[in-house]
Amino acid sequence: MTLAVRVIPCLDVDGGRVVKGINFRELRDAGDPVELAKVYDAEGADELTFLDISASHEGRATTMEIVSRTAEQVFIPLTVGGGVGSVEDVDRLLRAGADKVAVNTAALRRPELVAEIADRFGNQVLVLSVDARRVPAGSTTDSGFEVTTHGGRQSAGKDAIAWAVEAAELGAGEILLNAMDADGTQDGFDLDLIRLVRAEVSIPVIASGGAGRLEHFPPAVAAGADAVLAATVFHFGTLRIGEVKHTLADAGYPVR
Amino acid sequence: MVEPVETRRVVVLDYGSGNLRSAVRALERAGAEVTLTGDKEAALAADGLVVPGVGAFAACMAGLRAVKGPEIIGRRLAGGRPVLGICVGMQVLFELGVEHGVTTEGCAEWPGTVERIQAPVVPHMGWNTVEVPEGSMLFEGVERERFYFVHSYGVRDWTLFTNGRTRAPLVTWAEHGGDRFVAAVENGPLCATQFHPEKSGDAGARLLANWVSSLKASR
Repeated sequence: MTLAVRVIPCLDVDGGRVVKGINFRELRDAGDPVELAKVYDAEGADELTFLDISASHEGRATTMEIVSRTAEQVFIPLTVGGGVGSVEDVDRLLRAGADKVAVNTAALRRPELVAEIADRFGNQVLVLSVDARRVPAGSTTDSGFEVTTHGGRQSAGKDAIAWAVEAAELGAGEILLNAMDADGTQDGFDLDLIRLVRAEVSIPVIASGGAGRLEHFPPAVAAGADAVLAATVFHFGTLRIGEVKHTLADAGYPVR
Repeated sequence: MVEPVETRRVVVLDYGSGNLRSAVRALERAGAEVTLTGDKEAALAADGLVVPGVGAFAACMAGLRAVKGPEIIGRRLAGGRPVLGICVGMQVLFELGVEHGVTTEGCAEWPGTVERIQAPVVPHMGWNTVEVPEGSMLFEGVERERFYFVHSYGVRDWTLFTNGRTRAPLVTWAEHGGDRFVAAVENGPLCATQFHPEKSGDAGARLLANWVSSLKASR
């Protein structure tokens, strides 16, 4: 194994501003995603992910500016997700300076979108974001996990593992696996979910949801994650990217 | 008006969509004066030409042909004028590309076939180490650094030969999941990288600066 495990901070952006609180002393403007992106880059982030949670058109237009400004100042890969619904949306984001685009709900509604994006831009640009949870009592799926929408509150009526497999076959280049049960708990990644997806797909898997302490990271990689993503612990400075990398390195995994 | 004597003018060849902004900015940061264009005359006149590329081999070749890319590259090389291919922009410099069982002709500046990487996890995505040969100009100062790759295809077999009159290309290799493939080539005026130097942080910036400073300013 020579390829480094990627450590990816995720920024929730609304109308061009970072949503969650930050207490980095280095920052002049704690709400500016570009400033935060530069700090993460300096700390050794391997990639950056922006999740656009803007509800309005104006908010989305502002996100485009943020993407452009980031691409001009930060020279590591940038993934942008949130509300991506068409090939045209992807084209606009790539032209603005994104390297990869994360697609979630729109692909559930119309799985062919995955193939359309991959055919036009190559599968390397397409990150399929899957919000997965354990099926609640009273319903079943083959794997025991299902896909959700609306931030994990509604079932999409699909087996999460089967959906990851289908999307990979359609041309997704990578799976961003969000464990909705673990999300926000800071109790650790959902290792069962990671193992199940890893066993069924041969594209890279980014584990997300549940990171709270340094010791949570190596087990996610052991379960099969090629990359680990976190938002809150990095935003609040609870954990630093360098610390996560040291912990992974001490566990025997290559890091940059 | 006083112009800087040592300004190197670089054209990034624009022949389709994708993120070219990063390449332009990274080259500017490396000290070049950069123009993003698909114009043949500008591409021929520049001190250095960068051929980017993402996506499918066949689609990139079609886009490249539409702006007379193979002819531009060939004419530049005939005059010993530098060209740098990046990612699929490197792959199309080889003879053939095989994707989904379909074979597409490349620019054939180098022998060899671009084919699917044989590894448990593909695309090969992320920061990897490279095996740099003695005497590399591109990697000077960053021989031991990691660079950012994102690709599913590569040149897995390249038997180098020299007839004694020509110098064999300097080939840098990378390894992923047990497979080996070309990570970079330095061959006189023709250089290329499979990884993205424009996305490889400080290490990539140094590599681009090495290339830019090797260009001869034409004014």
